[in-house]
Amino acid sequence: MSTTTRTPLDHIRNFSIVAHIDHGKSTLADRLIQSTGGLAEREMSEQVLDSMDIERERGITIKAQTVRLHYKANNGEVYVLNLIDTPGHVDFAYEVSRSLSACEGSLLVVDASQGVEAQTLANVYQAIDNNHELVTVLNKIDLPAAEPDRIKQQIEEVIGIDASDAVLISAKTGLGIPDVLEAIVNHLPPPTSEGGETAPLKALLVDSWYDTYLGVMVLVRIIEGVLSKGQTIRMMGTDARYTVERVGVLTPKMVAMDSLGPGEIGFITASIKEVADTRVGDTITEDKKPTAHALPGFKPAQPVVFCGLFPVDAADFEDLRAAMGKLRLNDASFSFEMESSAALGFGFRCGFLGLLHLEIIQERLEREFDLDLIATAPSVVYRLTMTDGSERELHNPADMPDVVKISEIQEPWIKATILTPDDYLGGILKLCQDRRGIQTELTYVGKRAMLTYELPLNEVVFDFYDRLKSISKGYASFDYHLHGYREGNLVKMSIMVNGEPVDALSMLVHRSAAEKRGRDMCEKLKDLIPRHMFKIPIQAAIGGNVIARETISAMRKDVTAKCYGGDATRKRKLLDKQKEGKKRMRQFGKVDIPQEAFIAALKMGDE
Amino acid sequence: MLETLDPKTARIIPLTEATEPGFGVYVHWPFCAAKCPYCDFNSHVRHQQVDQARFVAAFKAEMAAARALSGPRTVTSIFLGGGTPSLMEPATVDAVLSQIGQLWHMPDGIEITMEANPSSVEATRFRGYRAAGVNRVSLGVQALNNRDLKWLGRLHDVEDALKAIRLAREIFPRMSFDLIYARPGQTVEAWADELRQAVDLAVDHLSLYQLTIEEGTPFFGLHKAGKITVPDDDMSAELYEATQAITAEIGMPAYEVSNHAAPGAESRHNLTYWRYGDYAGIGPGAHGRLTSGGEKFATATERHPETWLAKVETEGCGFVDCESLAREEQADELLLMGLRLREGVDLARWQALSGRDLDPAREDFLIEQGFIERLGNSRLRCTPKGMLVLDAVVADLAC
Ligand SMILES: Nc1nc2c(ncn2[C@@H]2O[C@H](COP(=O)(O)OP(=O)(O)O)[C@@H](O)[C@H]2O)c(=O)[nH]1
Ligand SMILES: C[S@@+](CC[C@H](N)C(=O)[O-])C[C@H]1O[C@@H](n2cnc3c(N)ncnc32)[C@H](O)[C@@H]1O
Ligand code: SF4
Ligand SMILES: [Mg+2]
Repeated sequence: MSTTTRTPLDHIRNFSIVAHIDHGKSTLADRLIQSTGGLAEREMSEQVLDSMDIERERGITIKAQTVRLHYKANNGEVYVLNLIDTPGHVDFAYEVSRSLSACEGSLLVVDASQGVEAQTLANVYQAIDNNHELVTVLNKIDLPAAEPDRIKQQIEEVIGIDASDAVLISAKTGLGIPDVLEAIVNHLPPPTSEGGETAPLKALLVDSWYDTYLGVMVLVRIIEGVLSKGQTIRMMGTDARYTVERVGVLTPKMVAMDSLGPGEIGFITASIKEVADTRVGDTITEDKKPTAHALPGFKPAQPVVFCGLFPVDAADFEDLRAAMGKLRLNDASFSFEMESSAALGFGFRCGFLGLLHLEIIQERLEREFDLDLIATAPSVVYRLTMTDGSERELHNPADMPDVVKISEIQEPWIKATILTPDDYLGGILKLCQDRRGIQTELTYVGKRAMLTYELPLNEVVFDFYDRLKSISKGYASFDYHLHGYREGNLVKMSIMVNGEPVDALSMLVHRSAAEKRGRDMCEKLKDLIPRHMFKIPIQAAIGGNVIARETISAMRKDVTAKCYGGDATRKRKLLDKQKEGKKRMRQFGKVDIPQEAFIAALKMGDE
Repeated sequence: MLETLDPKTARIIPLTEATEPGFGVYVHWPFCAAKCPYCDFNSHVRHQQVDQARFVAAFKAEMAAARALSGPRTVTSIFLGGGTPSLMEPATVDAVLSQIGQLWHMPDGIEITMEANPSSVEATRFRGYRAAGVNRVSLGVQALNNRDLKWLGRLHDVEDALKAIRLAREIFPRMSFDLIYARPGQTVEAWADELRQAVDLAVDHLSLYQLTIEEGTPFFGLHKAGKITVPDDDMSAELYEATQAITAEIGMPAYEVSNHAAPGAESRHNLTYWRYGDYAGIGPGAHGRLTSGGEKFATATERHPETWLAKVETEGCGFVDCESLAREEQADELLLMGLRLREGVDLARWQALSGRDLDPAREDFLIEQGFIERLGNSRLRCTPKGMLVLDAVVADLAC
């Protein structure tokens, strides 16, 4: 199925859906696809756009996804609607901003009973920054708790946009979906194209990913000109040239086309091998007839959390490198460089947008590439000023120079917005205080408190979000952005297991929190490290001073009572399993530490 | 056959000084009068009469298949296990033993053990087994108080057990019995008392097992649901240590994790398993280790009795598995079986199989911590302290 007839600009609508997590973006996308016939009924599984296994299991959208819909409007005209689904979690704000820049409008989805949440605010401001027109959609009106009028009023008060003609829908039952489609056509602007079809090609590289069959695939938004099969294109940022092999659109199935014209969104393949050749935000042009001006592009995603990822089996190092290369294709916001550790051998120091991002990347590496990995303590980026006046960045506590050579340590701070029902305010204030937060604002949005805090990022990366959710029983919402560096009274805390320092567990902590952190870590490790045949002391230390200690007592008894001729096979197989299990552990001196321990040890318990 | 022999003078082939593994034949009788709630052995309850003649024919056919694999060998022991082998007719036992004598070289006086349940003991049957050639009996006594026997789901009471022990001592040249300890709430004192009674009743061999909650048994579900609490690690370690002390004191020290004997009275057959010798496994769900053409085969048969029977009748044997073990696999089995023995394991043999030495750092560490010790002539064994954490020691050495 290929087409050559170009869709006129005014019959195209490119839009994103922005919402707080769980307000129903993915479900709404499903309904839109379904009601425009993008997929046959039997191909619809729930949340079709969340195609990665992890997304389905965790019920979240990680990667922005795109789909092209054909919609016959009430006015009798057929429109091409390009929808980009976006992730809702704060860690993936970069993906959101990228998707937004390829569109002219957004559907702002708000849960009609929950109302405005922290990510509603963050995402809507991003959409406004991108000059988007907004169609407000109140979802889940099938729920008895839905209060559309109150939420409309809230949107107007808090966000300051007109919500009087908000569309009331239930993405679950399908109610109101035709109204959403009409609103897209009638209220969102079509794309504009100065030069039109005849201008030299100018296209935005929106995204790229790796497809097992087709190799590197690139999602593009055509600004001007035409992108066709067989054309030689040039990436203006990297200056790489390719011959376009395939052009197509996602419906969300891949459908081949001969070309893409102004305003359209689609994919191309071009035998691209190098990760570095597809820089998200780059401008694609035609090699022999280039455009005069490149697009401004995006500022690259700044990783805020770093950790080491090491293969459990040293022989997997090259496989890990290859796997990271492929994942990086799908995820421009993840970075890595080689690292070696005394305890863990060769691996990579990786940068992530947040802790969820870290966990997801680790899980994908293990699952999709069948690797066993050890993740070390996540760290933020510290800035060190040395006594000789020089400055350097510290991504890894293990690399911390001798304290006498450091004159100042600075750490990143964030500005966080938290919305919560009143009932949980006390608990949340305490949490923020415990994490060295400075309150800058406390106002009310209807019955919900809206808090603004400045917080050191290193107090937030590990488990702040989990704690916030548990304190508020899931009702509080949270968003943040970086807010500069400040000096901090930070010390390096080392962890010793059976007398041996485990560099992968060392971390920088604020002096005032060191004792507590040390105690928590020792207690956690006590639970995470299985009993051995001997007793194992666990200590936390600053410099030479032990600030906390625990002891894992020796195992008392571990012997099978009955073992006769028939049991040899069973016992041997058990032994094989134990050997496998040992591979998932790391030996520190005589102690086997399970790989999960490295990251689990950092999650603080209920305080 | 041996009907007129005086039990006290029946000659048992003495254990040689060298730890020659020998060649044993195991025959499995898969039926019991009732299923005990802790038991995961291949045992089944049948409400109709079991056609023993059919089983005899199938045992014979399967033995012939095992003989084809093992080649000619000298049998050093036979074990009739179960289930409850004492539900077999003496004629069945006689037929099985005769067939073994037909297929392999079977010297007079080799150890022939039969497991028996105290609930199904009758003097006439015992005499029948004895006449068929059985010279050692192992009784499933399990406990010496009625409350615990009941809790264990046993069909016999203490009186039945005492009667069975008396009869076994009278009729068989050798006898042993089993007890299960580390029962819920059992104190060291209570167990020590019971064990001392047991020691008085025993001749020169006892099997003393700590209760294991086996997956798939009724106890497993109850345990998971919190309705059974077994002694924790510390408590079971204490119970184990008390057991070692009491049996050692009266001259029946442990020669294996759960087996105790006066020197020379060890079970020849079970030693074959732990010394990693060859054995034929005959009957439903039986396992064997047979060397043939320089390879060691692990055999296993169909577990379900009637399915096994049908399989043997149509195919000539009930093997569902007959895999040649890789040398490293043999090395693992040698180690995990051999370290169960007080005599330990022959490291030269292990090295020959695994093609490597023990990791010296690990070995030194385990020695220094007092878990293992080196004996002369390349033997390695667990210390009493190491025996308590044997599974961890094996995992450490094998990995
Ligand atoms: N009752 C009701 N539930 C909905 C509706 N729309 C979505 N949901 C549910 O809300 C949850 C989150 O939806 P999802 O589309 O994954 O949200 P996203 O995180 O914004 O993509 C899912 O359990 C949906 O089934 C609706 O209109 N009514
Ligand atoms: C194969 S059983 C057969 C013996 C015979 N049928 C009887 O029960 O009297 C051998 C012994 O294993 C022991 N045993 C069986 N299941 C056990 C368990 N779950 N935990 C500990 N010992 C067990 C019992 O002492 C039993 O006597
Ligand atoms: S009698 Fe023996 S084999 Fe039969 S179920 Fe009970 S313990 Fe198991
Ligand atoms: Mg979603």
